[in-house]
Amino acid sequence: MIKQISVFLENKSGRLIRVAQVLGEAGINIRGLSIADTSDFGILRMIVDQPDKAITELKEKGVMATVTEVIAMEVPDTPGGLARVLTYMEEAGINIEYLYSFIEKPTSNAIIMMRVERINDALEILKKNNVPIVGGERIYAF
Amino acid sequence: MQNDFFSKDDFTARQKNGLQQAIKHASDNSPYYRRVFGEANLNPGRIDSPADFKKIPFTTKNDLREAYPYGMAAVPLEKILRIHASSGTTGKPIVAGYTRGDLDCWAEGVARICEMAGVTSSDIAQISFGYGLFTGGFGLHYGLEWLGATVVPFSSGNTERQLSLMQDFRTNVLVSTPSFAIYMAETARDLGYSPRDFGLKIGLFGGEPCSDAMREDIENQWGLKATVNYGLTEVVGPGISGECMETAGMHILEDIYYPEIIDPKSGEVLPDGEKGELVLTPMFKEGFPVLRYRTGDITRLIPEPCPCGRTTRRMDYITGRSDDMIIIKGVNIFPSQIEEVLAGFSEVSPHYRLVLKKEKGFIKDLEIQVELTPEGFTDSFQALEALDGRIRQRLRSTLSLGPRVKLMEPKSLERTTGKAKRVFEVEQ
Repeated sequence: MIKQISVFLENKSGRLIRVAQVLGEAGINIRGLSIADTSDFGILRMIVDQPDKAITELKEKGVMATVTEVIAMEVPDTPGGLARVLTYMEEAGINIEYLYSFIEKPTSNAIIMMRVERINDALEILKKNNVPIVGGERIYAF
Repeated sequence: MQNDFFSKDDFTARQKNGLQQAIKHASDNSPYYRRVFGEANLNPGRIDSPADFKKIPFTTKNDLREAYPYGMAAVPLEKILRIHASSGTTGKPIVAGYTRGDLDCWAEGVARICEMAGVTSSDIAQISFGYGLFTGGFGLHYGLEWLGATVVPFSSGNTERQLSLMQDFRTNVLVSTPSFAIYMAETARDLGYSPRDFGLKIGLFGGEPCSDAMREDIENQWGLKATVNYGLTEVVGPGISGECMETAGMHILEDIYYPEIIDPKSGEVLPDGEKGELVLTPMFKEGFPVLRYRTGDITRLIPEPCPCGRTTRRMDYITGRSDDMIIIKGVNIFPSQIEEVLAGFSEVSPHYRLVLKKEKGFIKDLEIQVELTPEGFTDSFQALEALDGRIRQRLRSTLSLGPRVKLMEPKSLERTTGKAKRVFEVEQ
C-alpha cells in the first residue's frame, strides 16, 4: 500500500502555494496529486517521495495533514483497461472513495491511485485477477 | 473579608444607606442627575424605599456617551486623580474619572475579588491585560497590590516574552482574558514548552465571557484553577463580582454595588432567579457617579446561598448582551448559544466567527466559521460533510434557524490579545 498525504485546504488564495513551498523547502518531491473541492474547502491528495518527512514538515508548519493508505495499481493503457479493474471492485461490493491517475515515464501501462473501503479485500481481489500492484519503491522513487 | 459575610439584614440596611448617599450625592453635585430628577419630576430627598428607587430613570451607555468628556462629573476636576475610558467601537468613548476615594474603594473591591478566587499576599501575579485607558490592567494591578500580592505588570502583547518572564519570575497567578490564556498555551506548545510546567495556580479571567469549553480548555492546558470576574468601566471597572473557589457564579460586592435585574424590553425589575439585563448602582462613587446603569449584560441573580458561606448574592455567567443580540429572520440569537453548541464537538475548536451576510442593510444569512481540530480532519469528504451537517443540525435545533457552517484550517481565525472579535458583517 502507498502512503498518501491528504491536506485540508480552505478555499482561500495562497493555500496551495504554501503547501507546495513547505514541501519544496524540505526537499520533498511531489510525484502525483489530485485536488477535490466543494465551494468551501478542498482536500489535496499527494504522493510524495518521502511521505513520513512530508507529514512532519507540514504539521510543523501548521498545515492540517494526515496520512491515508491507497492502492497503486497498473492498468493497461488501452480502452477498457480501467473498466475491467473497476468491475472487480463492483462485483466484490467494494466502494471506491476516489481514484486518480499517476503520471510516470511512458510505458504501455497507466498507474492509477485508488482509495477504497476494505483496502485489504480490494488488494486480494486485484491480485487474484492479476492486476499488477505497484509498490512504494517505484512510486516514491525519482 | 468580613463584608462578604454580612447578614441579609445587614446588607439591606447598608444598601438602603448606600443608595440614599448615592442619590443625595448625585442630586446635590451632578448637573446631569439634577436634570434627570427634574425631568422625571422626582424629589430625590423622598426616595427611601426600593419601590421609589425603581422610579429613577435608567442611565444607558448612550447617556454616558453623550456626556463626553466630563458631563458626568460630580466633583471639581482637580479632585479627579485618574481618567479611564472604554473602547469606543462606534463614536466617542465613555469616560470615567476617579477621586482618591474612588480609587481606594475600587482597589479594595478588586482585592476582595482576588481573595475570593484564592489569591493570597504571597502569590506572584502577572497582568496580561492592556494597561492604559482600559480599566482591566490598572484595576487588577491596584487590587492585587492592595491584597499584598506581587504584581508583574506585563500588559498585553509579546506573548513569547510573557511566557519566558512567567517562568523566570515563578509567576503563579495569571490575569488575562480567557482567549488570551488559550492563545498563550498554544504559543507555549509551539515553542516546545508544556504549559503545565509553568506552575500557574490560579487564573483570574475577565474582559469577555468565558464559556465552559474555554474554561475546561484553560484548566486542562495550564493545570490551573480558572476563575472569572466581572466588571465594566461605566460602573467602575473590574471587581464588581467574581467567583469564589466554588466557581458556581460570581459573588457581587453588594455592599458597594447595588444590583437589579430588569426585563430588557419593559424595564420592569425582575425577582431573583429570573434572567434579564443587569442594572448596577455603585453606591459610593464620588467622581462620576452613575445611578441604575443598564449594563446590557444578560444574567440572573442566583437566589440559593453559596456553599462557600459568603452571603453576597451571586450573579450567573453572562449569557449574552442585550445589544449583542442578533436578529435574523425574526429569530433572536446570542453568540453564546452558538458557542455552547460548538463546545459539544471535539472535531472543532472553540474558536469561531460569525459572519452576517447582509443585503441592503438586512441580515440575509448567517455563516459560522469554525476551525477543525486535528482529530476532526479526515481524508474523507463524506465524513467532513457529515460533520458539517451534524453541527448545522444541532445549531438549527438550538437557534431555530439553520446557519451555514464553514470548516476552516486550524489557527486561520484571528487570535486577539484582548476581547475576541467574533461577529463580522459582510455586505453582499
